[in-house]
Amino acid sequence: MKRSRKAHIAGIGETRYARWGKIGDVTEHALALEAITRAVADAGLTIDDVDGLASFADDRNEAIYLAAELGLPALRFGNMVWMPGGGGGCAAVGNAAMAVETGQAEVVVVYRSLCQGQFFRFGSGGLDASAPVAAPPRPTVNQTGSLMMAWMAFAMPYGLIQAAAAYALPTRRHMHLYGTTGEQLGRIAVTFREHASRNPRAVMGQKPMTLADHQASPMIADPHRLFDCCLESDGACAVVVTTEERARDLAVRPIEILASEQGTPKGFAFGPFTNANVADELYATGACEELARRLYAKAGVGPGDVDVAQIYDHFTGCVLMQLEDYGFCKRGEGGPFVDSGALAWPNGSLPTNTHGGSLSEAYIHGLNHVVEGVRALRGDSANPVEGAEVCLVTSAACVPSSAVMLGRK
Amino acid sequence: MSERFFPDTMPSPVADATTLPWWQAAAEHRLLVQKCAACGHTQLPPSPICAECRSADASWQQVSGRGEVYTYTIVHRPIAMGQPLPTVIAVVALEGAGGVRIISNLVGVDADAVRIGLPVELVWEDMSEDLAVPRFRPIA
Repeated sequence: MKRSRKAHIAGIGETRYARWGKIGDVTEHALALEAITRAVADAGLTIDDVDGLASFADDRNEAIYLAAELGLPALRFGNMVWMPGGGGGCAAVGNAAMAVETGQAEVVVVYRSLCQGQFFRFGSGGLDASAPVAAPPRPTVNQTGSLMMAWMAFAMPYGLIQAAAAYALPTRRHMHLYGTTGEQLGRIAVTFREHASRNPRAVMGQKPMTLADHQASPMIADPHRLFDCCLESDGACAVVVTTEERARDLAVRPIEILASEQGTPKGFAFGPFTNANVADELYATGACEELARRLYAKAGVGPGDVDVAQIYDHFTGCVLMQLEDYGFCKRGEGGPFVDSGALAWPNGSLPTNTHGGSLSEAYIHGLNHVVEGVRALRGDSANPVEGAEVCLVTSAACVPSSAVMLGRK
Repeated sequence: MSERFFPDTMPSPVADATTLPWWQAAAEHRLLVQKCAACGHTQLPPSPICAECRSADASWQQVSGRGEVYTYTIVHRPIAMGQPLPTVIAVVALEGAGGVRIISNLVGVDADAVRIGLPVELVWEDMSEDLAVPRFRPIA
């Protein structure tokens, strides 16, 4: 069989995962190096083989510095995907795939490292509610080019800063339009927590949750209760992307990147912080429907071919809307689909987030979902789906997003 | 000064050359949407060009401030020191604004009474001499 430059994931690596602020003994970039080193070793490669680095979400650990710290003989490809959020995780994998398929690089490591205690908590939006401000408020003209802050000026004075509040907006409208309930959102969280109970890496693995627990958890930003919100975590993970011809001879079964897609419909900018004026028919969606169509077409599979899915779960409602976007059920039917038990391992029609997701394993901006997608197809997930050949992995929805379709031959 | 709903610690907006006129009008209690002089498309936030026809020939249209709730969330955790809770954040569809919606707050409303479709009207909150923030309350 002819060996090609088709991109495969040849290795995965993780550090320990912990609650935000709990990793203080090493720096965030040291953690990135640890994950990269493990992923390269998992593939049976050496650091000297790596010639590309890719990340996303304005990763503070930029490729040029990591390349120097790793002592890469040559960095041929360095890439950073848009915005300070999780929408670009699969796009970083997709860009790595493009790099190796077009000969820009041979071995690209995609990484993400987060030590929120060393910087700021994502859930806070970077503000400290206990800190007074010195001067009385007034609009400040910033001519130094902070485009994001000029946009966010139409959200922040209203207190729309925390992600838990922003993503509640499309979810609330979905509930209004289709009758989606808080219990249906809760079933998503409970299902992923149950999956986490068998995953030794899961931060919440030893903390079972019932639907009653979910319904009793404090309201953060209605309709989001505490247990509708993802974890805030410290940790790092990485995946090694290389060509089929290179991957075939390596240590572990390579997983093919059947397709990758990235993008956004018109007007989303930074998602629900800024997208009040997107088309009405797009507002209460994950904004991934068109992306999903392109992904399926390129991968040559349909929703019915997906054996297992790792769906970005920043908030439960965003999972539900993505299930509709990716065609697992019709628009508005995400709630009943969840009620059917579809997401549960092992008997659901679409076992989803078999690692526990960002709700229960760890919040590594969803790159850990790519890692789990590889595990699911290698057959060594904590919740293995027997005979799984196709796994969908998605990145943050309701914002500019991305996805990869992984396959096992 | 108008009635105050939120403390000084609510985050203050940063403006650039494109958005500063919007904030200056707000300080004078005029709620504007940006209107394209070429095609009539209205948009918020203000942008250097029209997202429909890409013309840079923009004008401003003052709107009444009436509208209805498009979606909302009720926040129970503070983001700013001394912020009254719960805080209702809403997307309001503005009347007579060519379909433009604005993110804002609902004030003077019982959280239990907030619903999508609720008719609302503008109320200005003077945060300082230079800064007024548009918020909304139910139409009595």
